[in-house]
Amino acid sequence: MSRRFLRKVINLVALGLSGLATAIGLFFLGAILWTLLSRGFAGMSAALFTAMTPPPGGSGGLLNAIYGSLAMTVIGILLGGPVGMLAGTYLAEYGRNARLSVVIRFVNDVLLSAPSIIVGLFVYELLVIRMGHFSALAGAVALAIIAIPVTVRTTEDMLNLVPQGMRDASTAMGAYPWRTITSVIYPAARSGIVTGLLLAIARISGETAPLLFTALNNQFWSTNLNAPMANLPVVIFQFALSPYPNWQQLAWSGALLITLSILILSITARLVVARLGPGGQR
Amino acid sequence: MNTAAAIDSRHAAGQRLRERMFSAATFVAALLVLTLLGGVALTLLHGAWPALAHFKLRFLTSEVWNPVTDQFGALAAVYGTLVTSLIALAIAIPVSLGIAIFLTELAPAWLKRPVGIAIELLAAVPSIIFGIWGLFVLAPILQRHVQPWLIDTIGPLPIVGRLFQGPPFGIGILTAGIVLAIMVVPFVSAVARDVFETVPDVLKESGYGLGATTWEVIWQVVVPYARTGMIGGIMLGLGRALGETMAVTFVIGNAHRIGSSLLAPGTTISAAIANEFTEAVGDLYTSSLVALGALLFLITFAVIAAARLMLLRLERRALSSV
Repeated sequence: MSRRFLRKVINLVALGLSGLATAIGLFFLGAILWTLLSRGFAGMSAALFTAMTPPPGGSGGLLNAIYGSLAMTVIGILLGGPVGMLAGTYLAEYGRNARLSVVIRFVNDVLLSAPSIIVGLFVYELLVIRMGHFSALAGAVALAIIAIPVTVRTTEDMLNLVPQGMRDASTAMGAYPWRTITSVIYPAARSGIVTGLLLAIARISGETAPLLFTALNNQFWSTNLNAPMANLPVVIFQFALSPYPNWQQLAWSGALLITLSILILSITARLVVARLGPGGQR
Repeated sequence: MNTAAAIDSRHAAGQRLRERMFSAATFVAALLVLTLLGGVALTLLHGAWPALAHFKLRFLTSEVWNPVTDQFGALAAVYGTLVTSLIALAIAIPVSLGIAIFLTELAPAWLKRPVGIAIELLAAVPSIIFGIWGLFVLAPILQRHVQPWLIDTIGPLPIVGRLFQGPPFGIGILTAGIVLAIMVVPFVSAVARDVFETVPDVLKESGYGLGATTWEVIWQVVVPYARTGMIGGIMLGLGRALGETMAVTFVIGNAHRIGSSLLAPGTTISAAIANEFTEAVGDLYTSSLVALGALLFLITFAVIAAARLMLLRLERRALSSV
């Protein structure tokens, strides 16, 4: 066998393997989605959105869990989003070259990949023990802490994409930095910042571990932020591991709901950037 | 002083005040991010203190985890965490590199974006979904088809065989490792793809100009150039695997023991916390679980910090070469 032939064979085999690796990755995405769709749709009904989580063997839906997830995600992003945006603004504008920013960026990156169960423990020690009971508010705070580093990162990246000339032009007209940032730079980076917020929402709406011992769960309808509240991830966790078929079915339906909404959020976020660019102009 | 100047100076004062308030707000938010990490560390240490003071070093060296006798040791959980993560990396590294190579060097332009997005979507799927999928779909398949084969063929071999003995449970350390691998692949391949794309075309073209095959250019030009970034990406994946909770909790079996077989049930730090925390009675039990959390924080912090430093160095190199 000539050396040249051998090299060609090695080339083909290696490239074939890399194609195979991609096929494996896509296969698992397909397999997971297929399982979710086939098992989740079996339980789709109006009751899913109108009835409360049932006792074992009874019939019911996920209304209280859906409400709880929405409420905690919204409060979480309302708490975490502004903090993340302001901190991102500091990194990109006021503290762009400050030595402190290097440290903050590093800490933020660590927080970005820190295990979410740690955040749950932190909020448990910080809020749940002090308040003496589990609460939806504690769950929302835990979600906010997870949303902050995501928002900081995307806000900074998006603000950095705004051309320096726009800042200079605004400054030359006598505007203070806060005026430049709020009237010129934020609008210019709007769709990028919105994308970052969407991604943060997608991230926190599927989080389970930080809610396990902050919001806990609630079998009944509750809108009290100061009390335990049902939420989709924890309901899925409890119901899937239960021996009752009706609970397991609800877990699959809940899993389908949550995955579809997250995939739609992520795809929307990508489309916003692809269609409009970071600045929002075509 | 005439009126116009008075209004002007009042206006300027108002602007200055708002400027000070806005810049202070951004600064405080940035400081909050900084204190968050320190706050997490201190809080965990505070909560873990009773257990650490009670067991001292035994907490790290003991395998016993017995809520009835109030004996708690972290060794089994640490072992499970490390072994599942290593299995995950062993599977995920070659697959992720394959995907990154396919996306940067092989795929035609029309295929690049959809495949890249599909892999990224895999990263967006919440971990609990991987958990129930692993428990209800993957574990039965492994139990019926894969594990009996492993036990029959590798089991009798010396040394390696000990890892694949015992009954096929379906759930266990190996299953958890495989589920983790599926979760880690999108992260590692996304980073690897990004660093592969930083390789200057001139370098690749000179490789091709010398008559190298595509694979030779990848292996001898692209990979060495991107090594630091790749290792950074792999460590990020490791950080994720170490701390992953829900996916593992479903399929690990939750047994505080160190078995020689990978097919046996075990536990990880995060799975133990997720499973037992709300049911823990007694201060020592709760504190021991928080101590596990502190240990996990320490391990992942070291791994993530190392990964970020590597990626940071790479960024600086890329900037200075421009």
